[in-house]
Amino acid sequence: MSKSKKAPHLAAVEAADAPASIEPPAAGARHSVPELERYATLLRIDCVRMLAVAKSGHLDSSLSAADIVAALYYGVLRHDPERPRWPGRDRFVLSKGHAAPIQYAALARHGYFPHEDLMGLRKLDAHLQGHPDMTRTPGVEVSTGSLGQGLSMSLGIALGLRLDRIDDAHVFALMSDGDCQEGQSWEAAMAAAHFKVSNLTAIVDYNHLQTDGTTEEVMDIKDVRKKFEAFEWDAVEIDGHDMQAVVEALEWSRARERPAAIVAQTRKGCGVSLMEDTFGFHGKPPTPEQAEQAMTELEARLDEQNVALKGEQ
Amino acid sequence: MSPVLDKDPVATRMAYGDALVELGSKHDDVVALDADLAVSTQSIKFGRKFPERFFNVGTAEANMMSMACGLATTGKVPYASTFAIFATGRAYDQVRLGIAHNELRVRVCASHGGLSLGEDGASHQMIEDIALMRAMPRMQVIVPADYNQAYRAVIESYDREGPMYMRFGRPATPFVYDEVPQTLGPGVDVLREGHDISIFACGHMVWRALDAAEQLHRDEGIDAEVVNVAVIKPLASEAVLSSLARTGVAVTAEEHRLAGGLADAIRTVAAEQYPVPILSVGVDDRFGVSGTGEAVMERFGLTAAGIADTVRQALVLKPMVRHSPVLNGDD
Repeated sequence: MSKSKKAPHLAAVEAADAPASIEPPAAGARHSVPELERYATLLRIDCVRMLAVAKSGHLDSSLSAADIVAALYYGVLRHDPERPRWPGRDRFVLSKGHAAPIQYAALARHGYFPHEDLMGLRKLDAHLQGHPDMTRTPGVEVSTGSLGQGLSMSLGIALGLRLDRIDDAHVFALMSDGDCQEGQSWEAAMAAAHFKVSNLTAIVDYNHLQTDGTTEEVMDIKDVRKKFEAFEWDAVEIDGHDMQAVVEALEWSRARERPAAIVAQTRKGCGVSLMEDTFGFHGKPPTPEQAEQAMTELEARLDEQNVALKGEQ
Repeated sequence: MSPVLDKDPVATRMAYGDALVELGSKHDDVVALDADLAVSTQSIKFGRKFPERFFNVGTAEANMMSMACGLATTGKVPYASTFAIFATGRAYDQVRLGIAHNELRVRVCASHGGLSLGEDGASHQMIEDIALMRAMPRMQVIVPADYNQAYRAVIESYDREGPMYMRFGRPATPFVYDEVPQTLGPGVDVLREGHDISIFACGHMVWRALDAAEQLHRDEGIDAEVVNVAVIKPLASEAVLSSLARTGVAVTAEEHRLAGGLADAIRTVAAEQYPVPILSVGVDDRFGVSGTGEAVMERFGLTAAGIADTVRQALVLKPMVRHSPVLNGDD
């Protein structure tokens, strides 16, 4: 998309882009918690920009998962953008496929495809579909978007890896409140314990808001950790915006003998105060004014994080 | 000699179980899944021989199809079996997004298709699976006619690209191929040549069509061509058109709703390229009922006599003057 075609009100949004300066980490590189937090901010900025341009999509659902996705792609996942089909890689499955923008941002910043592709989100002939599409987008392991299927798909991947004796590779499935309302997720939970997989982690981005209201109003999924425990999974509950806790939980889950669940309590829209924990933004793109306000806020946060990181060095 | 071979009938689902074992022996990447119907679908044969590569998920068909998708992304070739009703009805969305959309080499292998499963009744008699799978983008639809063809279809499915739906049946079914054919080919086989009318049939209706043709010839001197359409999608339209060009009138016969199945597939080709009268034998706008398989088939007119009656009606409509078919839209 040529710059001249973009509306003037997005100028502030565009200015924040600096993909060339963000070096993807070498495989296996470890980042400190403050560094991971900064990456999470960058991913959030990408999401706001994408949605402002696309004028369509699920921004708040992407933002609630930003810290988890940053922890995975910059910290925990063993993956290699140079070899996206490397058999030994960890797999990430976005069961909550409507949060595609946050995964696209992480993939683009790791060089799976050019960063400018993000501006094609949801547009005709662009490879970034409304929901993740493995047939079009490098780095997407499997197509998702119909809630409830991702954990089953991840279990299939985990079993395939086990058959191939690729013991180091782990499968991480990121689920939503809605995924927990779909019965199929619990079919998968039952089967994962039955087949005794040790290479599967379910992360629930429990943000308590869905299309028609709060989960408590619409269909209360209540104590998700206990549900997984009842299916004989190892399970923990954490603050999904506490980067230290997120990284520790992900590493903990990798070492389990049983399938592991991380119930991450999150806030929908986290990082953008006007939509944080606020009902009514699901599936609604930000208005130009909202996008600008969000960008101002996130850029200020990025500045703080940059200063703090410099001070550490 | 009767076109239906003088061998004891065997169900097509038996071929699924037997061929799957052969595939498992030849290919390490073949895995099988079932949903607590492994004895009925015969996938149990694979399960006994290759327990590490067999996943019985219990009565959770949605989970099974999505697991098959996941397995396929790691390079496995999953064969997922259950009854047709659950494979295509209950798990439609999982087959659609996980398997068909992703163009994965998963074989959805459905046993107990149609009415002929009998006693279990309407809840289990799947009569719209071909329609659902035909409508699904990228999905291939295979309905073998007998044990031998079913065996070949399963063996060949390993070498074909893309997602595939295969329909097998419960009842023991007469042989129409005297041995396992060398290939499934384009999937449209002329089993009996004739110039008066074409009978396009699939699955359990193929041997009935051969029976009907034999009766019509013996009693009335009608020379019917019987065409077995095992690959309903993608349909080898040229083979269909060349039969229509020979006969100028046709009957279709399937154990399926008249909407969306073989009748629609044949009529579409004919309507676009060589319009001739085509009448159909199948299930109209209603559900099945309990009864023995044979009794239910009879109730719905899915018999050799039903086909023969429809042939007589169609012959009345046969045009006196015929035009050449338009092949491939040339000229």
